[in-house]
Amino acid sequence: MIKVQNLAKTFGAKRAVDGVSFSVDRGEVLGFLGPNGAGKSTTMRMVTGFLPPSGGTASIGGFDIVEHPIQAKRLMGYLPENAPAYTDMTVYGFLNFAAEIRGLSGDAKKQAVTRVVEMCFLEPVLHQSVETLSKGYRHRTCFAQSIIHDPDVLVLDEPTDGLDPNQKHEIRQLIRRMGQKKAIIFSTHILEEVDAVCSRAIIIDRGRIVANGTPQELRQKSEWAGAVTLRVKGVASSAVTARLGQVPLVKRVTLVEEKDGRVTVRAFPRSDANSALAQAVGEAAREWQIEQLHSEEGRLDEVFRSITMPDTAKEAA
Amino acid sequence: MNTWRNVWTITKRELGAYFTSPLAYIFIVIFLLLCGFFTFFVARFLDAGEASLVRPFFDWHPWFYLFLVPAVGMRLWAEERRVGTIELLLTMPITAWQAIVGKFLASWLFLGLALVLTFPMVMTVNYLGSPDNGVILTAYVGSWLMAGAYLAISCVASALTRSQVVSFIIAVMICLFLILAGYPPVINVLEQFASGHLADFVTSFSVMTHFEGFQKGVLDSRDILFFLSVIGFSLFTTSVILRTHRAG
Ligand SMILES: Nc1ncnc2c1ncn2[C@@H]1O[C@H](COP(=O)(O)OP(=O)(O)OP(=O)(O)O)[C@@H](O)[C@H]1O
Ligand SMILES: [Mg+2]
Repeated sequence: MIKVQNLAKTFGAKRAVDGVSFSVDRGEVLGFLGPNGAGKSTTMRMVTGFLPPSGGTASIGGFDIVEHPIQAKRLMGYLPENAPAYTDMTVYGFLNFAAEIRGLSGDAKKQAVTRVVEMCFLEPVLHQSVETLSKGYRHRTCFAQSIIHDPDVLVLDEPTDGLDPNQKHEIRQLIRRMGQKKAIIFSTHILEEVDAVCSRAIIIDRGRIVANGTPQELRQKSEWAGAVTLRVKGVASSAVTARLGQVPLVKRVTLVEEKDGRVTVRAFPRSDANSALAQAVGEAAREWQIEQLHSEEGRLDEVFRSITMPDTAKEAA
Repeated sequence: MNTWRNVWTITKRELGAYFTSPLAYIFIVIFLLLCGFFTFFVARFLDAGEASLVRPFFDWHPWFYLFLVPAVGMRLWAEERRVGTIELLLTMPITAWQAIVGKFLASWLFLGLALVLTFPMVMTVNYLGSPDNGVILTAYVGSWLMAGAYLAISCVASALTRSQVVSFIIAVMICLFLILAGYPPVINVLEQFASGHLADFVTSFSVMTHFEGFQKGVLDSRDILFFLSVIGFSLFTTSVILRTHRAG
């Protein structure tokens, strides 16, 4: 449904987006990750036809966004960053306007408005002016606008920004549910969201895609993937690290914490170690009093950091 | 068909926006007060002894509009850019033209409404004597066209900036030029120091020159064309400006 090829955008001398390509099919939810200023919003603005690309193409359901903007935009709903909405309207008026401009009228319009009001829990503020809405409600209002015509393609720029935890949860559920029938791109700074919602994620940094895969695949890139964390009691930390360091499958051991006579260490696997590491560490620690032993799945935040700021991440590890 | 539906949806929204803020009512009240004050007290309409509305009433319009129309038009795009709703508007399945025309129409209709509300003036002159209502009607048409030209210029100014104040100032400056280009003292100076051709050329850009005909009851196609082309050209410029902002 969404096909992006070599998309680029220059602002003056700055290349905000530099050759980004990806595609999203129906039934997929693509997460867009990246540090501030990476070019996520700029990419979305080009995909939705707000900014004309400096290079490359984007098409929605086969319609090129530059050549056939109207057809492409019809298929798409968009929640811009910061959720702008007309402050001089009520929520109800705003949603009616959005429905009308999407070509809905009469009963279809009424039903569409009722449906999104329910989905986004806007009932309590329906006749309040947008200007006086709290940030979260404004966000939900703008989100409601983006799904009012039940589009095949959704582009959501930080859809859960500013929502309370319950609402975050609701909106994630909603995105995931809608993702079964639609093609969705959404950006976020909350990495758990990627696990909760995305079928695939892209990490973008300084305008380029630096990683692309399922959340599981991305986690595999982590040094932590398959690492084993061990907590034992009553042993000196030097003894623990020394003993584990000799286990053949272990690449290196780091001390995580030493407190109240408890030592927590983490053993990182060699590349060929796979799932056998926990077993090996467990055996090496047999004589000690083990309080905790578990293998790590690999952490997205760590992958994110090591990819987007390679130098500092190494120091931290 | 679809085009005009989209334009109308935008127009309706914008009209609604005027009337939910007190600005619209304040504007109308100020406009009516100014009209009344200048017609009756400054132009001494009643003392003149002739039952003609045209000079004492319509002569002031180019000057009223100089401040009032930019005030009506300043928010059109500046506010949209400041709040960020322009990103919503231009990613809807409508063309930028439909949005530009829709917004313009809303403000123009609003100005038309303000103008219509001056009807007690017309009733007064009809009560006092028997004026040529045809002339009054053409003068109204001319006044509305002139307001449209000012408004289209305000659209350009509004698209240039995120600040309504800056947009207001730019619009007033351009409109002032369009008035002064036909203001007799300025023409005299031009005729003295430059050739008559230059003076004619400059004067042909003035709203004063083109409004004159309407006040005499003449519907000259050249005058109508002048106002319509100022509107068309300004709206086109607005679309170019909006596009260049986004081209980065
Ligand atoms: N209109 C503009 N003019 C000039 N530079 C711009 C413009 N819009 C964006 N940029 C620049 O392009 C880069 C990418 O910005 P973008 O908003 O896409 O980042 P982002 O990934 O969405 O960041 P965030 O996580 O903070 O939302 C930034 O360096 C930004 O300063
Ligand atoms: Mg952003």
